[in-house]
Amino acid sequence: MAAPEQATPTGVIHDIGYQRYSGPRLGRGYATRSLYEHGLRSSFGLGRSAKAKIFPWLVVGIAGLVAAVLVAIRAQTGAVPLTYDQFPQQLSLLTIFFCAIVAPELVSRDLKSGVLPLYFSRPISRTDYALAKLGALGSAVFLLLAGPLLLMFIGAAFTLKGGPGKIWDEFVDFLGGAAYCAIYAILFSAIAILVASLIGRRAVAAGAVVAVFLLTTPVVGVLSVLPSETSRQLAGLASPLTLVGGVGDWLFGQGAAGEDNFGIGTYGPLYGLVTVLLAAACVLGLLARYRKVAR
Amino acid sequence: MALIATQSLTKQYNGRVTALSDLTLRVEPGIIGLVGANGAGKSTLIKILLGLLPPTSGQARVLELDPTTQAEQVRARVGYMPEHEALPPDMAAAEFVTHMGRISGLPRATARERASEALRHVGLYEERYRQIGGYSTGMKQRVKLAQALVHDPDLLLLDEPTNGLDPAGRDAMLNLVQRIGTEFGIAVLVCSHLLGEVERICDHLVAIDGGRLLRSDAVSAMTTSRDVLAVEVSEGTDELVTQLDKLGLAPQRDGRLVLVPLADETTYDRILTAVAELDLPLHRLDRRRHRVAELFTTKEAVGGRA
Repeated sequence: MAAPEQATPTGVIHDIGYQRYSGPRLGRGYATRSLYEHGLRSSFGLGRSAKAKIFPWLVVGIAGLVAAVLVAIRAQTGAVPLTYDQFPQQLSLLTIFFCAIVAPELVSRDLKSGVLPLYFSRPISRTDYALAKLGALGSAVFLLLAGPLLLMFIGAAFTLKGGPGKIWDEFVDFLGGAAYCAIYAILFSAIAILVASLIGRRAVAAGAVVAVFLLTTPVVGVLSVLPSETSRQLAGLASPLTLVGGVGDWLFGQGAAGEDNFGIGTYGPLYGLVTVLLAAACVLGLLARYRKVAR
Repeated sequence: MALIATQSLTKQYNGRVTALSDLTLRVEPGIIGLVGANGAGKSTLIKILLGLLPPTSGQARVLELDPTTQAEQVRARVGYMPEHEALPPDMAAAEFVTHMGRISGLPRATARERASEALRHVGLYEERYRQIGGYSTGMKQRVKLAQALVHDPDLLLLDEPTNGLDPAGRDAMLNLVQRIGTEFGIAVLVCSHLLGEVERICDHLVAIDGGRLLRSDAVSAMTTSRDVLAVEVSEGTDELVTQLDKLGLAPQRDGRLVLVPLADETTYDRILTAVAELDLPLHRLDRRRHRVAELFTTKEAVGGRA
């Protein structure tokens, strides 16, 4: 809320006529940041109706609950059911649903309401708009995943025995997990925003986002049952879900909890490369999309 | 200072469809009416002025800036109200206009303050915290105008601001535009396909058709020399014409009417005297104002023949 002791007397009730504005006009960078901030807030339904808050906060609640339970188990028994890098993997389905709801909220809504000409007649460019929206969703997904992760770290830091050295090791693990959350955030949001930016109706866009993520998993399933070791190890490339999973296995060592999660063999660097290329392709596609729309 | 100046401005889409053709015009600040039928090139011109479309050839200048190379500076000083629906239904008007103010570069607190002011000026103060989806067409048009006004632009581009409004709503919107142009001191370019609607509020009229300039002139220059008196008599129209011709009043037959150019105030008396002398039953004698539409059609017809 605004500070009550504002310099200008806004409460005075008499017509003072139209006032010209001679104060500062902040440029394109500020406008883009404002759009980003607005997008990040709407990702969690802030500044929107109560209805728009239900789903994002339900997802946040579930993620938080999972983290709280993990903290409790670790504090009570000392066991670590999920490591920092396994946490985002386990929550990836939830992340997809979050993207499917929020991405259409950020971009399909603007397409449908025809508000884009109002943005593009202002100092920001089409590219600024697209990147601000992508950044907003990416940040929202990162907060969704890294927030509970931070909760896990704080919980662990208070219950760990063994001095600052142990806590430092724990912190390094946490940073790795957070970086992994960022990879999820970048790839998932790039895909989701691109898909949603092509569809004006929110419900259809949400369905399309889920479809892009989930309809690719049967391909992975088919490839992984082929009687070839190579095809099994490369199967994960076919779906964003298993792709990022494979990157995690590569970066954090296969089977941190003692098993080979995604079975990528020695193709780890390839998984990394494909992730980078896919994210880049989605961003370029998004920019190309906004060069055309609302002309 | 020229508000808007174009030099041989041409825009072709895909090299085939010509939206603007060799358009050269220059207008000074004030309320400018841009009139033309649908598809005449009004929206294309606005988009070029905003730097949203590059011209195929020719130059344009807005507020002494070149929109093709200084689009950002132009857009910071211009407010645009598009023709079509352009508002998110699930946001409150105050919040939406504040947001748009920030996108125009206003600091947060200023944006909120000016959004309230802009909404008050367009007559939406009480309802500003209601969701836009529940607004009437007239209220939505006002929100569109408020978002174009929030950052105190030096030029407002209004694309068919009266679209979809009932007659009372049209009048209210036009009065508002006139107030913005006169009291607020903001130059306004208002597009319309209805000449009769904008000529009332404009200082200057630009008419385009098929992407070509028909005429660009001050409204005063168009109307003063062309005021005419319309005379209608129940019978004996031919005799009256002959009589008026003798008096050197240069009458013209227009169906059942006789049109006489209004030279000065004595013209009335001379016509009345002529009618009385011929003992004709006078049906009406009135002054026709604002024959702008007629001017354009005449000009167009001449252009068509040439």
